[in-house]
Amino acid sequence: MSSGLYSVRRQDIDSSLDLTHLKPYGDTMNDGKVQLSFSLPVPDSDVAIEAAKQLALKMGLVEPMVTHHAPLDSSFSFFVVYGNLSHTIDYTQIHVDSAVATSMTLDETDLFIQQNFGRKIRVIGASTGTDAHTVGIDAIINMKGYAGHYGLERYKMIETLNLGSQVTNEDFIRKAVEFNADVLLVSQTVTQKNVHVQNLTELVELLEAERLRKRFLLIIGGPRINHELAKELGCDAGFGPGKYADDVASYFCQELAARKQRN
Amino acid sequence: MATLRLNWDKVALARDAARQISEETNAYIQQFTTTTVERSVCRLLGIDGVDSLGVPLPNVVVEHLLSRQVLGFGAAFWLGQAAISLNKEPQELAEAVAKGELDLTKTEPVDPFEIQLWAEKKAAETVSVIHRNRLIREEKLREFGDHAGPLLYVIVATGNIYEDIVQAKAAARQGADVIAVIRTTGQSLLDYVPYGATTEGFGGTMATQENFRLMRAALDDIGAELGRYIRLCNYCSGLCMPEIAVMGALERLDVMLNDALYGILFRDINMQRTLIDQSFSRLVNAAAGIIINTGEDNYLTTSDAYEEAHTVLASQFINEQFALHAGLPEEQMGLGHAFEMNPELKNAFLYEYAQAQMARQIFPNAPLKYMPPTKYKTGNVFRAYIQDALFNMVTVISDQRIHLLGMLTEAIHTPFMSDRALAIDNARYIATSMADFGNDIEFRHGGIMEERANEVLDLALDLLQTIRKDGLFRTLEEGQFAGIKRPFEGGKGLSGVISKEDLYFNPFINPLMEESKAGSARYHLNKKLIEQGENYE
Repeated sequence: MSSGLYSVRRQDIDSSLDLTHLKPYGDTMNDGKVQLSFSLPVPDSDVAIEAAKQLALKMGLVEPMVTHHAPLDSSFSFFVVYGNLSHTIDYTQIHVDSAVATSMTLDETDLFIQQNFGRKIRVIGASTGTDAHTVGIDAIINMKGYAGHYGLERYKMIETLNLGSQVTNEDFIRKAVEFNADVLLVSQTVTQKNVHVQNLTELVELLEAERLRKRFLLIIGGPRINHELAKELGCDAGFGPGKYADDVASYFCQELAARKQRN
Repeated sequence: MATLRLNWDKVALARDAARQISEETNAYIQQFTTTTVERSVCRLLGIDGVDSLGVPLPNVVVEHLLSRQVLGFGAAFWLGQAAISLNKEPQELAEAVAKGELDLTKTEPVDPFEIQLWAEKKAAETVSVIHRNRLIREEKLREFGDHAGPLLYVIVATGNIYEDIVQAKAAARQGADVIAVIRTTGQSLLDYVPYGATTEGFGGTMATQENFRLMRAALDDIGAELGRYIRLCNYCSGLCMPEIAVMGALERLDVMLNDALYGILFRDINMQRTLIDQSFSRLVNAAAGIIINTGEDNYLTTSDAYEEAHTVLASQFINEQFALHAGLPEEQMGLGHAFEMNPELKNAFLYEYAQAQMARQIFPNAPLKYMPPTKYKTGNVFRAYIQDALFNMVTVISDQRIHLLGMLTEAIHTPFMSDRALAIDNARYIATSMADFGNDIEFRHGGIMEERANEVLDLALDLLQTIRKDGLFRTLEEGQFAGIKRPFEGGKGLSGVISKEDLYFNPFINPLMEESKAGSARYHLNKKLIEQGENYE
C-alpha cells in the first residue's frame, strides 16, 4: 500500500477530455477524484470503517479511502472518504431548463422598461407560509440588495412592495390584487420536510381557483429552489443560490415584454 | 485583558439616555396587562392541561374573563374569589369553567383583602418551586464546577423532541455546554402554548412544558454521566412570551431568548403588547436565575453590520435598562451581538473584534451572547468553516460568554450531528490555541480598532438621544432599527392588551422580585468566594 505521499502505481487513464464521458477532476484528467463525508448510526470501529468503504464502493467509487473517522457519540461515527468515481456523464446531451434572459445592468433594465412599457413594473414580494426568514426576499427587493447587487427598490422603473415574512397565501394574493402587481416574488427559506413544496403548490392552486394565475408572472426563489422545480410547481420561473436582483429583474422585464408582444 | 480606551463620559451619557427611554416606556405600559400575562398568572397558580377540544386551560379561563370584560381586574382576583367561596383549587375551577359548569364572575363576593391573602399564599407556594429549581442548578454547578470563558452553545432542530434528545446528548458528549431547542417556525405567532410531547415541527420543535421537562431530564442524565452541568435554552418570545418564561422557570431552563424589540421588528408583533409581556417575562426569568438572550444580532442579518453596528449598541443599552427595571440583574443579561460583516470588507476582522471588545467592556458583568456569521454563508462549506474560525477567535480573545457555534452547513440545512461535532472541534481548537492571547496584547493607541469602537459609541449615543427625544414607540414607527417600520397600533396581538382596573393585582410581582434579589445576592457571594480562592464548601 502507498503511504499516501505519492502514487506508487501508474494507472492507465486516458488523459484526454471526452465530453461524452465526463468525470470529476482531481489533478489528472479523468482521475474521477471525489471527496465526501457522512455519519453512520453505529459506533466508530473497524467494522464501521469497512461499512463506510463498502458504501463508497456502492456509490461507484473505486479504491475508496477513509481518510478520517471519529466517534460522534457512543453509537454514531463520522467519516471523510476519498475515491475515484467510475461513473461518467454525457455532457453534450444535458438539457437544463433555466430562466434565460439577456443579463442587463440596473440602468439597462430601467431603460428597457421605459422603452417597452412606458410605465413602472409593479413587483410584490413575500416570504409566505410559516417561513419566518426574510433574508431571501430582502436580498432581492431591499434597496441595499446583496453581495454588491442592488435590490429592486433601487430601480427607478420598478415599484416594489415587500410584505416581509409569514404572509399567508390568501393575504399575499389579496395584496397582489390591491397593489395591481405585474410580478409576484415568493421566497422560501425554511424547506425542512419539503414544507416549501406544499406551500407553493397551495399558492398556485389558490391563484388558479381565483382565475388569477395568468394575470401575474409568478417567480419563486430560495436556497432549495431551481427553475425546473418552479416549472414543476406551476410557477413561471425559479431562482436558486447565486442569483441576485439583476438576474430576476432581467428575467421578468424581458418575459413581460415577450408576453406583451404575443398578445 | 487588553482594553480599548473608550470615551467613558459618552458611555455614561448613553446609559442615562437609555434609562430615560426605558422609564418613559415603562410608565406607559404599566397601565396595562395582557391576555398572556394573565394566562401566566393562571399557570403560576397551578392551572395546566387542555379542555376536550385541546384548548389550554389558561386560555379557557382568560377567554372566559375577557368575554365578560373583567380581565382588567386580573385573573388572580376572580380565581381567588371563586377559590375561597367554593373552597376549590384553581385547577378544579379551570376544569369547571372549561365544562361550562362555572362562571367565575358569579361566585359569592369575597373581601378583596381575603383574596389578596389567598393569592399571596398561592404565590409563595409556586415561587418556592422556582426557588428549589434554582438551588438544584446551583448545587449541580457547585458539584461539577462551571468553566470560565465561552460556553459552547449549539442548536437542535429536528422537529421531534425524542430525536432532539438523541442529538442533544451527542452534542453534550462532543463538548457542548448549552443546548438550544429551536422552536418550530410559526410558534411565535400562536396565541397559546401547545400541550404535551410533540414530534412534528418545521425547522424546530414546539416549545411545550412537557418537551421542556423531557429535554431537561435527558440533559441532567447526560450531565451526570459526563460530570458537567449542561444548560438548556429555549425561546420565550412571541405572543406567549411570559407563559413560556413560566414554563421555563418551572422546568429549570437556564437560558431563554427574550426580546420584545425582536418580536416587533421581525415577527410584526404589536409593540405595546410585547413590551408589556416582556416586562413580566423578564421578572420571571430573573427569579428563576435564567440568563436571557436579547436579539440585537438579528438587526445585522437585514441591515449592514458595518454601517448599522451602532444600532446594536444602542439596543443593548435599552435592553439593559428594560431588564434592570424588570428586576433582572446584570449577571443574567445575555445581551446579543453578532459577527456578520461582509467577508469581502477590508479589515472586517478588526471591526468585528473592536465591536465585540467594546461590548465586553461596556457591559462587563453581562454574559454576552455572541452570534456566528450566517448572512454571508453561501453553501460553500469550506469558506464557512474559516468564517467560523475567525468568529471563534474574536469570541475567545474578547471573552464572550454565550458562544453560539457557527455551522459549516449554514444556509444548507439544520445541523447534522457531524456538523455540530466539527463546529465544537473548531471552537475548542481555537479556545486552546489562543487561550491567553487577549491578555497578552495591547490595542494600539488611536489605532483602527480603538477609533472604530469610539465611532460606534458616538453614533449609538446620537441615536439614543434621538430616541429619548422622540420616544421609543415613535422611533420604531420610523424604522430606526433594522430599517423596519412598525405602527403603534399595528402588528399582531394588540387585541390582547387590556387596561388595568384600580383593583387589578398580580400576586407574583413581589415574591418574584424578592426571589430575584436573593438569588443575585447568593451569586455575588459565591463569586466573591471563588475570587478569594475558596471553595463553595
